[in-house]
Amino acid sequence: MIFIITNDIVSNKEREDGRKLDEIRPLKIEAGILKRADGSAYLEVGGNKILAAVYGPRESYIRRLLRPDTGVIRCRYNMAPFSVDDRKRPGPDRRSIEISKITAEAIRPSLLLERFPRSMVDIFIEIIEAEGGTRCAGITAASVALADAGIPMKDMVVGCAAGKVDGEIVLDLSEKEDKEGQADVPVAIMPRTGEITLLQSDGNLTEDEFDKALCLAIEGCKQISEVQKEALKNRYEA
Amino acid sequence: MIHVEDKKFVVPGEILAEDDYYPGRGTFKEGDMICSSLMGLVSLRNNKISVIPLKSKYIPKKGDVVIGEIEDIRFSMWGVNINSPYSGILPASEVFGREKKELSRVFKIGDVLFLRVVDVDEVKKVKLGLKGRGMGKFKNGILVDITPTKVPRLIGKKGSMINMIKDKTRCKIVVGQNGLVWVKGDVDMEQITKNVINLIEAEAHTSGLTNRIRDKLFLLIDGELPKDREESHESKFGENNSKNHLNNDPDFDNSFEANEEELEKPKLENFKGIF
Amino acid sequence: MNIIPEITRQSITNLINNNERADGRAVDEYRDIVIETNLVSKAEGSARVKLGNTQIIVGAKPQIGEPFPDTPNVGVLMTNSEMLPIADPKFEPGPPSESSVELARVVDRCVRESEMVDLEKLCIEEGKKVWMIFIDLHIIDYDGNLFDAAMFAVMAALMNTKLPIAEYKNDEIIIDEDATMDLPLKDKATMSTFVKIGDKMILDPSLDEESILDARLSIGITESGNICAMQKGGDGPLSKEDILSAVKTTYSKKDELLKYLK
Repeated sequence: MIFIITNDIVSNKEREDGRKLDEIRPLKIEAGILKRADGSAYLEVGGNKILAAVYGPRESYIRRLLRPDTGVIRCRYNMAPFSVDDRKRPGPDRRSIEISKITAEAIRPSLLLERFPRSMVDIFIEIIEAEGGTRCAGITAASVALADAGIPMKDMVVGCAAGKVDGEIVLDLSEKEDKEGQADVPVAIMPRTGEITLLQSDGNLTEDEFDKALCLAIEGCKQISEVQKEALKNRYEA
Repeated sequence: MIHVEDKKFVVPGEILAEDDYYPGRGTFKEGDMICSSLMGLVSLRNNKISVIPLKSKYIPKKGDVVIGEIEDIRFSMWGVNINSPYSGILPASEVFGREKKELSRVFKIGDVLFLRVVDVDEVKKVKLGLKGRGMGKFKNGILVDITPTKVPRLIGKKGSMINMIKDKTRCKIVVGQNGLVWVKGDVDMEQITKNVINLIEAEAHTSGLTNRIRDKLFLLIDGELPKDREESHESKFGENNSKNHLNNDPDFDNSFEANEEELEKPKLENFKGIF
Repeated sequence: MNIIPEITRQSITNLINNNERADGRAVDEYRDIVIETNLVSKAEGSARVKLGNTQIIVGAKPQIGEPFPDTPNVGVLMTNSEMLPIADPKFEPGPPSESSVELARVVDRCVRESEMVDLEKLCIEEGKKVWMIFIDLHIIDYDGNLFDAAMFAVMAALMNTKLPIAEYKNDEIIIDEDATMDLPLKDKATMSTFVKIGDKMILDPSLDEESILDARLSIGITESGNICAMQKGGDGPLSKEDILSAVKTTYSKKDELLKYLK
């Protein structure tokens, strides 16, 4: 699958934070930042600060999850009480439960766990500070943590959202844009094949706008994918 | 067509080669393409392309030697933690033969043993045994854990790395293929050995490691660099499959085998009077 | 609690009997301490502390609430801790464990009883509105001695906490988001945790040392020199001498620890 972004998809207009319409926020990823976890990653994009850690493959102590032919994953997305403007009560709410589920589903197609039947891989995503787009950033960080843990994968998974703000299709919505905008389309892909493993859409878009948003999100994912690779490389070549 | 060089760092999903190459470990084939499934370093041997992982969990294989810790005592077997997604069992019959003995009198929870993987069945039940030279329970010493993929690097070509450490620290060292390493010697030397093993793990993917480790050992122990800094033969990370060495290379055996006097083998005659 | 290999238990015990430790520290020596503040801009106060490989992030968030009826003119402090499953293979997602609640309560006691926060200055309108400060401990990497790391992180976060200026007028709260004040602090406190292994008391236990402890003792001390909180843990007993020697060490370490909280 090849997408060609032509100039008429995005105009040269500037956004409130000074970014171009197709520009992602400043991004930083670091791999292997925790001592105890088998794999870990820290990611900052815009005001988001996210930690991801992986344990496993380990013995599956939850019998109902065990599968005799392959390893299984368990995923938890969790927000720190101080990660948002109004303190969030600790523990899972409906939103974080949904995000945990779609994150697991976004990542699962990338994993090659057949070599580890009856085992379990735990993926934990902790939002230390949230500033729009945490689910995509969480997926991006989790994939780095999985690679860092030495888990076999078909490809990395990388997430990025596009959306509609002030009538324009823009890439990587900030919190403010997400709140004030008309639509938000979070996407995750496996960059080598371009296969899409996460897709949500929240808000109103025309068919043409959705097409643009999807193409733009995929283009954003590809940029972020390069930063993922660098992060893993820096762990060993710094 | 090849897209990468030998020893290049790759991440999961990277395209390594097309057509005329064969997929080795750490890779998979998709159409005509061979892709990496791991974060690791490319290993090119003739037309076979593999990726040597920088980190991994130990997956037990029949014939491996491992270091394990007794974590459970059941009716006729011990449960053994072997630092793997699959825990091991040591059947009482492997230790006593047909005699009935009280298990907890032989090995207790927390005891650390050098064991052989006797069998791994379809449901990943890992049967362990103690038959073989040097197998049994460790007394004293310390444990160091490293990621199992770096075991070959710790051993070095024909045991060059491990023997160098043993010579300089006068420690006894036993390496399990599951990444656990037992070290016993003078208390200070045990800690130096541990630090050096951790350093090897951290820098296993770099070249010139044997010399650097040699310098480090001399600095830590003598306070100065070796006078005769000859170029020692450097082995490459990932080049050695430790299992092959274990089975085929006579020089290698002592890297895995402990001196027998250090290991407390279950002495059956001692238990006869118990019941 | 981890099962620890018997030979590891022996080697740690033997070292400690000779006043040595596996990582080369003296028995009364802390690991490296790194404190970073204001890393979470959405929290009014925040800090990350690394004590060796142990890592804790703390966020402090003020909210306006009603005072307790028996203390109508003072603000409220709430301390909560989450031992996140990223921090240790044995930590599970779910409601806080006993250990997590104990940690939060001991840190809370140290903050409260040191009277470091001038709670009366957190009163906006007596009997009606006060500031409630929520302190959330996020344990992200567990390599022993959460107590001292947590107290450091809380102290550092509180020292950097900014409160909006709130006024009470005609049954309404008016908040000036642009004008802020520092959280009113009267004192500082640190905590020193010891574990007893054999007959030795060891400061700042590593994970391995904690795994074989006979008993644990945490002592909170204020900058002004009062013992403000203590907690004994572990299944083994302590002698009076053990406790008094730990208190002595705590006093002698106080200034060294406070230097990290500038």
